[in-house]
Amino acid sequence: MDILLQPWPWYVSGPLIALVMLLLVYFGKTFGMSSNLQTLCSIGGAGKYSDYFKLDWKAHRWNLTVVLGAVLGGYIATQFLSDGSAIALNAETISELNDLGFNTVGETLLPPEIYSWESVLSLKGISVLVIAGFLVGFGTRYAGGCTSGHAITGLSNLQLPSLIAVIGFFIGGLIMTFLILPLIFG
Amino acid sequence: MKFLKFLLVGIFFGIVLVKSEAVSWYRIYEMFKFQSFHMYGIIGSAVSLGILFIWLFKKFKVRSTEGQEIDLVPKDKGVVRYILGGTIFGLGWALAGACPGPMYILVGTGIFSMLIVIAAALLGTFAYGLLQKKLPH
Repeated sequence: MDILLQPWPWYVSGPLIALVMLLLVYFGKTFGMSSNLQTLCSIGGAGKYSDYFKLDWKAHRWNLTVVLGAVLGGYIATQFLSDGSAIALNAETISELNDLGFNTVGETLLPPEIYSWESVLSLKGISVLVIAGFLVGFGTRYAGGCTSGHAITGLSNLQLPSLIAVIGFFIGGLIMTFLILPLIFG
Repeated sequence: MKFLKFLLVGIFFGIVLVKSEAVSWYRIYEMFKFQSFHMYGIIGSAVSLGILFIWLFKKFKVRSTEGQEIDLVPKDKGVVRYILGGTIFGLGWALAGACPGPMYILVGTGIFSMLIVIAAALLGTFAYGLLQKKLPH
């Protein structure tokens, strides 16, 4: 039981993520989390403004069900399957983040400096979350997929477009991490 | 009942991503700084097994539970949309520390400020829908 409650190593987690993808493929579907953003816009009536949202959202209910499950899974994992151990980050990562003003590095899943209500309810805090979310939503739909659809499923299917998208993910991620984060938080 | 299996897969996915720490902002930062093998190990092992099993599915013409032979629909050809869209996505991923799957999962872990990120992601999706025909693909 202790092993279940501790963080799971990559060689357990990675294969289990592959299993998620393979199960969805075996069920005749695919593993793509960002499609749900398009479906949700469609349900919200966005079809009035763009043909992109004119889709039969009922055909995507299975994927919204996966999302609902994922939320429940997040709850179950933190409530019943965690021992509260800190994330075993590289010491260098921790010291760099300390220098950027992050103080409880690895003690929680997300930094309170970005996600606590105290941080969120400031102009800078809310801007960070809104800009980050907007970029993710816009970028993933432009690229036609996110980490699940391109990095896991697309690469597993040896698709060149997915490799190009993943290279893009890294260009953006490296620019943000090396150049922009120090400007925002430094 | 036909949705139950999807609910269960979703629950399993949520648990795995929390327990793997792939939903952690810190792990994403560490990955982009190349300071740990953790995330690369997760993605690398997932993709390696994915390649093997998708190949096996096709080779042995395995049928899905829907009765059709398994075949993933290839993405449209192109470069611009993937490199530009991917880069925009990457900027957001490294800032939020969460991609779409983890965004939902993190709400379940009790981080409700993530709902703001999700709302903004919906806004970004809506903006893409409006601009789709004007953007290079």
